[in-house]
Amino acid sequence: MSDEILVRVENLKKHFPIRRGILIQRQIGAVQAVDDVSFDIRRGETLGLVGESGCGKSTTGRTMLMLYPPTAGSVKFNGQNIFQSKGRRLMAIRRQAQMIFQDPYASLNPRWTVNAIVGEPLWVHGLVKGRHAQTERVQELLKLVGLNPMYVNRYPHEFSGGQRQRIGVARALASNPEFIICDEPISALDVSIQAQVVNLLEDLQDKLGLTYLFIAHDLSMVRHICDRVAVMYLGKIVELASRDELYDHPQHPYARALLSAVPIPDPKAERKRQRIILTGDVPSPVNPPSGCRFHTRCPIAVDKCKSVEPEWRDLDSEHWVACHLAQ
Amino acid sequence: MHTILQVQNLQTQFRTYDGLVYAVNGISYSLNEGETLGVVGESGCGKSVSVLSIMGLIPQPPGIIAGGQALYHGSDLLKKSQDELRHIRGKEIAMVFQDPMTSLNPVLTIGFQISESLQLHMAMNAEQAQQRAIELLEMVGIPQADRALHNYPHQFSGGMRQRAMIAMAISCMPQILIADEPTTALDVTIQAQITDLVKRLREEIGMAIIWITHDLGIIAGLAHRVIVMYAGFIVEHAGVDGVYDNPRHPYTVSLLGALPRVDMSREERLVSIPGMPPNLIGLPKGCPFAPRCTFVVEKCRQENPPLTPVEPNHEIACWVDVRTGGLR
Repeated sequence: MSDEILVRVENLKKHFPIRRGILIQRQIGAVQAVDDVSFDIRRGETLGLVGESGCGKSTTGRTMLMLYPPTAGSVKFNGQNIFQSKGRRLMAIRRQAQMIFQDPYASLNPRWTVNAIVGEPLWVHGLVKGRHAQTERVQELLKLVGLNPMYVNRYPHEFSGGQRQRIGVARALASNPEFIICDEPISALDVSIQAQVVNLLEDLQDKLGLTYLFIAHDLSMVRHICDRVAVMYLGKIVELASRDELYDHPQHPYARALLSAVPIPDPKAERKRQRIILTGDVPSPVNPPSGCRFHTRCPIAVDKCKSVEPEWRDLDSEHWVACHLAQ
Repeated sequence: MHTILQVQNLQTQFRTYDGLVYAVNGISYSLNEGETLGVVGESGCGKSVSVLSIMGLIPQPPGIIAGGQALYHGSDLLKKSQDELRHIRGKEIAMVFQDPMTSLNPVLTIGFQISESLQLHMAMNAEQAQQRAIELLEMVGIPQADRALHNYPHQFSGGMRQRAMIAMAISCMPQILIADEPTTALDVTIQAQITDLVKRLREEIGMAIIWITHDLGIIAGLAHRVIVMYAGFIVEHAGVDGVYDNPRHPYTVSLLGALPRVDMSREERLVSIPGMPPNLIGLPKGCPFAPRCTFVVEKCRQENPPLTPVEPNHEIACWVDVRTGGLR
């Protein structure tokens, strides 16, 4: 891992409009899925993006690659602004920045063979010439992700969940990317299969020097795989720090509660644990709370939190937090 | 401690076009009063089917309860008619399911759905039942319970729906609560709320709990005893400390090795179990875990090991001693 910044996300916003009316539609509000998010990803590192469902972590990932049109902000990849790129330049960026999706059942076309699925990026980007060369490259990729190269002519339904996820990984690798966004790549898999996919992702990173944005809600797995971790709540990043710093010394009250809620597979540790139980549910992102978005559930909130939005500040040596009370 | 549920040699199968699926293959266990039993395993290992069979909730056909007994206070649940079971289900043995959205009726109010079982089982009139429903919703921590009563399930969040399900399950003060992956669909902070609630209720009501999950983490903090299932067999059964500190079946050992921990950094690779869970059509010859096991010896492929004790209160179904790698 170097200090060179590969991806810089600045003030990224994604609001989904809520419309009313059938013929004459007017906008009556917006789901503020991602609201003013900034972070850097360094070359060769794995940045974890964690949070509960609906916090905007997947939307962040998808908007970064313009799978959703962004509302505001910029994403610079190798210094190039993705959002201002069009045509060939955008294609070139897309070739280098790929995505692995959560659901290995929904993200593979059931009517396509593995050859067509994994080979699609190859012909889209014009990376191979001729059918024979494509099949050869697909077989090479299958071998790389630990699948039998003989499987090229099979269809997705012939594979198990873990194998399908490997196909998804092979597809993402087809265009030789530098950067891969892994959007909950293991959430749909059984425990014993999760470890297989995680080990594969780690091996590929070592072998190919990949940079990952690892989006997940499983905080234990994120601790295992990531170098730095960002915690999101209701469309905002509330804390970002190196892995051990964040897990051992969380500063934001939400990050603390979240970490304390994760069960540990050790009965002795569980008995000793002090849980911070949050009350209530996550508020709606259509109408988020004023001031700090977490103040409605925060166990230590003061009056200031209700009105003033906390600033995003560096506590000490790259431990960023957005909380008035963190020291 | 008094045993309230004794399951013996339970076998459940399903007829499919591809052949007979052996979902549960002769499992035996017991549940004591006030005890929490964790049942852990991956998808398709038969953990849900084993409890659904006991409750008479397996549709037959295509399901077949091929054998076994489930003695609840000495009488066999598997021999009871649906009518008799209806008096036990919900009243003495209650269930909470994984997905609170599909297990609540979307066109009836929460209040109606809770009071329904109170009127049926506890012979309350509508007014008493409504009063009790408010108390129950307060007990599970739903704010403004008297107003929530008139809400429909879609007006509740996932966590609140699961609370409502729990309120419904405990409404008749059951002796046994069967929780089938009740927190799998929920976020961790909401999961913590629910497990906290269940722990509190188990003290208050003194009910026994069977908690089915694929998450070894959650069981560590909840259960007194743990059963690990694989391919329709119980492969390990021990007290909670025994399973986590001293796992003796290769499958349990690998599963624990595959789990990273949130409270410490581990630099070494995760243990991955090669291959995938077996197809349950047709019973395997030999140990069902043998094709994926790192300790496998010739005997494993020939003969399926029975569940036998290795220590007091610790049983495994394995020919091999994982500590030495040799035969037990």
